[in-house]
Amino acid sequence: MGYETILVEKRNKIERITLNRPSALNAVNDKMGEEFYAALKEAEKDQGSRCLIITGAGRAFSAGEDVAGLKERYGEGTHPSLGDHLRKKYHPIILRIRNMEKPVVARINGIAAGSGASIALACDIRIASEEAGLKQAFIGVGLVPDSGSSYFLTRTLGPGRALELIMTGRTLGAKEAETLGLVNMAVPATELDKAVDDVAERLANGPTKALGLSKRIVNRAPHLELSEALEYEAQNQDIAGRTEDHLEAVKAFLEKRQPKFSGH
Amino acid sequence: MPFSHLLVETEPPIAIIRLNRPKVLNALNFELLRELVEALETFDKDDRIRATVLTGNDDAFSAGADIKELFEATPVDLIQRNQFALWDRLKKTAKPIIGAISGHALGGGCELAMNCDIIIASETARFGQPEINIGIMPGAGGTQRLTRAIGKFRAMEMILTGQYMTAREAEKHGLVNKVLPVEAYFEEAKKLAMQIAQRAPVATRLAKEAVLKSFDTPLEEGLQFERRNFYLLFSTEDMKEGMKAFTEKRPAQFKGR
Repeated sequence: MGYETILVEKRNKIERITLNRPSALNAVNDKMGEEFYAALKEAEKDQGSRCLIITGAGRAFSAGEDVAGLKERYGEGTHPSLGDHLRKKYHPIILRIRNMEKPVVARINGIAAGSGASIALACDIRIASEEAGLKQAFIGVGLVPDSGSSYFLTRTLGPGRALELIMTGRTLGAKEAETLGLVNMAVPATELDKAVDDVAERLANGPTKALGLSKRIVNRAPHLELSEALEYEAQNQDIAGRTEDHLEAVKAFLEKRQPKFSGH
Repeated sequence: MPFSHLLVETEPPIAIIRLNRPKVLNALNFELLRELVEALETFDKDDRIRATVLTGNDDAFSAGADIKELFEATPVDLIQRNQFALWDRLKKTAKPIIGAISGHALGGGCELAMNCDIIIASETARFGQPEINIGIMPGAGGTQRLTRAIGKFRAMEMILTGQYMTAREAEKHGLVNKVLPVEAYFEEAKKLAMQIAQRAPVATRLAKEAVLKSFDTPLEEGLQFERRNFYLLFSTEDMKEGMKAFTEKRPAQFKGR
């Protein structure tokens, strides 16, 4: 499909969506919001793509909401409904990334600010260039975190550290983000592609159903009591236990060879 | 029994009825309802069947009434067709119905789900009474059963706005018994039906009747009704067997007598 603001590439079971407005630091204008969401929906359906990478073109991952687009909405000192804007544009994107039952890797090539940081934080695994950073840019324009930033930060860092980042709006460098557990890996810029490809290849050749079910139970775990979490694991283990890939893994183990997962 | 809108299987002691108009998200037309009532009434008379699982498919239990069938209808048509007479018969099903609900359960689909005795839902199920969006209102029990299930305020909001409820919300508010992953809800419903089918059939039937009675009667009358059903069970062979098996610490062998 032809998109104007994003690039979609597929190769060896790996799909890559690149936010592609490099001259605007990949700020998410409304067109990009629509196209990104459409591409996520396609990727979710595509049985052939078993791992999704989200990244940005040029220097930035994404600068977040497109400030240029705000000009039209703030005529005559009016207050547009930002809540409705978020509900329509970002919530479907964030929920789609979280609920998609295949692994999603953020390749954080540069700054991820505001809702751009939220998109990165919504992914399953984050690999960042050492030159990249995460920035809770909201407070700088008199706003609060949105598109899931407060949720993901609080769950990863606890309220103290989350609020420090949110209240100061400082740019958190990739190395520090790695130390805090906010990105999984920070690597020199020249090694970013290799690091991302290694992970993506491993995931794309993994037992896709079990990867998806793992995401499902981890998504739900924070909302459950231990006894409920145990039960939810058991229900999903029942499902994983009936997959072809599980049987293949058992067979491979008995035959002392590496399993070949089909994703089914 | 040949059906054109249902897939019906029997795996004694349970039966499985699957709504089968997948192209229209199992929209409920007159024929489908007629077949459904016929199937349930047949199973009520069949001693081999002790519980039924009622389901659709993973994407839709039922998205509601067949709008095409209703679009041209006048009040006189509706009176003559008397579709709700089928719903009245549905309500009188004596043996337990376990609903296995996934995907859309909207309008008539939600009302049909609420006619089940126990509801096992998939995580993808969505419940709603969106009739208000097309200028009408629930007509097959939605205003009464939803209100009894989740209370006046939530029912009113759903019915007046047409907003949907997710499976997890439905679980929280008591509209469904249990929510499972979409890959597992149907097996769980079957398991539950099997479990119920192992119990004494006459007791099951009278207990269901007494629970449903509570919707129609003041407490005092309901208690009297319960008591009479309770006494009645002391005339069954299964009651003797059940109590004997309990004292002998062995599983009871119920015969339905």
